[in-house]
Amino acid sequence: MENFIIHKAATRGVANHGWLNSAHSFSFGSYYNPERMNFGVLRVLNDDTVDGGRGFGDHPHDNMEIISIPLEGDLVHKDSMGNEAIIRKGEIQAMSAGTGIYHSEFNKDGSAPVKFLQIWLYPNKRNVTPRYDQVKIDTAEKNIFHQVLSPNADDAGVWIHQNAWFNMGKFDAGAETTYQLNDKKNGVYAFILSGNVTINSQALAPRDGMGIVADSLTIKAGTDAEILLMEVPMEV
Amino acid sequence: MKKIEILAICTHEGILQTINRLINNNELWNSTGAIDMQSATELLVNKDFDLILIGSGLAVADEYKLETVLAAHKNIPVVKHYGGGSGLLFGEIYQALTGK
Repeated sequence: MENFIIHKAATRGVANHGWLNSAHSFSFGSYYNPERMNFGVLRVLNDDTVDGGRGFGDHPHDNMEIISIPLEGDLVHKDSMGNEAIIRKGEIQAMSAGTGIYHSEFNKDGSAPVKFLQIWLYPNKRNVTPRYDQVKIDTAEKNIFHQVLSPNADDAGVWIHQNAWFNMGKFDAGAETTYQLNDKKNGVYAFILSGNVTINSQALAPRDGMGIVADSLTIKAGTDAEILLMEVPMEV
Repeated sequence: MKKIEILAICTHEGILQTINRLINNNELWNSTGAIDMQSATELLVNKDFDLILIGSGLAVADEYKLETVLAAHKNIPVVKHYGGGSGLLFGEIYQALTGK
């Protein structure tokens, strides 16, 4: 059995704060659409562009697994656990907010914008001890997916408090691959970073999202493309 | 117009203040904060609320008690708050109040 939903890029909620331009795949902040609350435990997928020298000042988080993936430029991160780090393109950051933390995120560059994905997953356990992790991701080899997140501390990528796996890959035009789920009870939310692709015969364009519940995915790149797959539990 | 009365419970004082401030920015809502289960219980006995928002830090048993005993007895919707800030707060409240 296969169920799917497609969120075309242009149908996302948009928040333009001048210094911050954000496209929300799911309800966030003042964008509220009861039909777009979550895909399983995936609750937030924000496609953010922050002006040079600007960013998010000190603010709190709790009980959420928060993943940041820079797409262009670098972010400066500071938090109440004493972590100070620069997150660069080619890295992924995961933060378990748990019982509560404060953090800030700023564009490291004074003039050029930084573009990054901010992804929030409901945790599989409330009130965990806050933690922070950041690793480099190597997606240089084309036409395969590279795991960048999992539930396991000793596995590739960062780990989080959730039965979720993220994979990223760059594909040449005409390339075809399949994705087998780690857990058959999960679903997959695919987000097209660039290019045109089909997933299980459904056509997708840049910044389109597709949530799918199926045993496996067949992915074909119609043009050169970059794809993020987020395999997540469907029960919150 | 009567405001929607919300009881926000969170053991992290800074986050509780943030939640109260964000909720009270909506002129139709009024948030009362409780820093622990004892304060929450006293408030529930002495004041009528339209919604209970459970933030971080409560023991599992206390969350269960709030959801199944106190709220059920008073027929008050209970929503678990995630995220600690404005990102999800309004959606959680709208969803709980409208049932959507």
